[in-house]
Amino acid sequence: MEFVPNIIGFACQWCTYAGADLAGNLRCKYPPTVKLIKVPCSGRVKPEYVMQAFAQGADGVLVGGCHFGDCHYKDGNHKTRNRMDMLKSMLGDLGFDPRRFRREWISGAEGKKFAEVITDFTRELVELGPNPLKEGENNG
Amino acid sequence: MAEKVKVGFLLLGGCAGCEMSVVDLSEKLVDALEHLEVVFWAPTVADVKYNELSSMEDKSIDVAFIDGMVRLDEHIHMAKIMRAKAKTLIAFGVCAALGGTAGLSSLHTKDELFEKAYKNTPSTDNPDNIFPQPRCLVDGKYDLTLPAYEDKVRTLNQIVDVDYYIGGCPPHSSHVGIAIGALVSGQLPPKGSWITNGKAVCDVCKRNPVRKNDSKENRTMLSKVLRTTEGTPDTETCLLQQGYICFGAITQGDCGGSCLKVNIPCRGCGGPIPGNEDYGAQALSTIGSILKDETVTAELMSKYPNLAKFFYRYALPSGTLPKKM
Repeated sequence: MEFVPNIIGFACQWCTYAGADLAGNLRCKYPPTVKLIKVPCSGRVKPEYVMQAFAQGADGVLVGGCHFGDCHYKDGNHKTRNRMDMLKSMLGDLGFDPRRFRREWISGAEGKKFAEVITDFTRELVELGPNPLKEGENNG
Repeated sequence: MAEKVKVGFLLLGGCAGCEMSVVDLSEKLVDALEHLEVVFWAPTVADVKYNELSSMEDKSIDVAFIDGMVRLDEHIHMAKIMRAKAKTLIAFGVCAALGGTAGLSSLHTKDELFEKAYKNTPSTDNPDNIFPQPRCLVDGKYDLTLPAYEDKVRTLNQIVDVDYYIGGCPPHSSHVGIAIGALVSGQLPPKGSWITNGKAVCDVCKRNPVRKNDSKENRTMLSKVLRTTEGTPDTETCLLQQGYICFGAITQGDCGGSCLKVNIPCRGCGGPIPGNEDYGAQALSTIGSILKDETVTAELMSKYPNLAKFFYRYALPSGTLPKKM
């Protein structure tokens, strides 16, 4: 059976989540691989959530926030950048492929970019294959 | 007089520092022995053999303390026996509770670790490349065995059911005294909790600006990151504010901020403050939120090239992701 990646997306309600809505309104095509979780701010995403998603078998995790200067709470996305950049590096130190994790800035006006990010992320995850920690079927 | 509380101590893969903390109670321990009877203390203090523990009746020990992490099959075997013999089991010290510093060895393969420990250390003289084997036949007739090496370090609660946790590397002897007092009086928190005062290290640290009433210090974002080898920190102000990364904010302060008193930043041996499951992830999150910008973040990442070993210093085997790998 062909491998279809399972991406968990944490999307800021002010930008990336609206961007995903716009992608739908614009009839942009992208693979149905992402499960979006709406969060008040990308700064709300604890690194633990990302690790929990991987531990439970997600093939990829995306954290989507606002561009700098656009944060509804002024500096939430700056905290996201600090944390998620360190997290990506730490995933590699733990022996987990950091390419399975992406941090992207996608505004509410960037529906097309949202579709492109998901398309590209899905393509990369197909190349990487299933999360080695995944249990049960689809475990490469 | 009421019947004495029967206690047992068992050391797994640790350094016995936690047991030193018990001994450090000195006179208090002597007083406590009026209420305690030590029925088993191995392999360190008492001259008892493992089979004496396995021949005891089940549930015959009131409180068992296990210190050290689980690395060998012997540890798994003994932990299970101790669980069967004990009414209450305490993961004593950060190794048993979260894995400890030795837990970081899970990031390396067995071959890497053996090469380092038995061959490449400067003080090792091993020209014949002799490595420990789980089984060895000597003179063709003596079949000898050694405990076998597991693939990774585990915490005690990944092997057996644990009733209480005590953090610290080692637990401060005053905290051990409080814990033993609580055991003797029976005033214990709900099963599965940490025995702790529930306060963070910052809460008990004398450098905390909030605790210095006359201070006008404000918390600022960090514009630089320093390692402990760089310069000498000021002895009065918050180490984190000076740029020395300190985990006091998220670590249980049962130690009374001991390290901070001698100018050393907290590295988290006390275990996570209540409400946090994953110490390293929380440490990363907390430190990430106080760095000023991407250059400071990059500075931290270049000065601490292995973030997993930095943030999970004492807690790697208990981490959400690491324990699955």
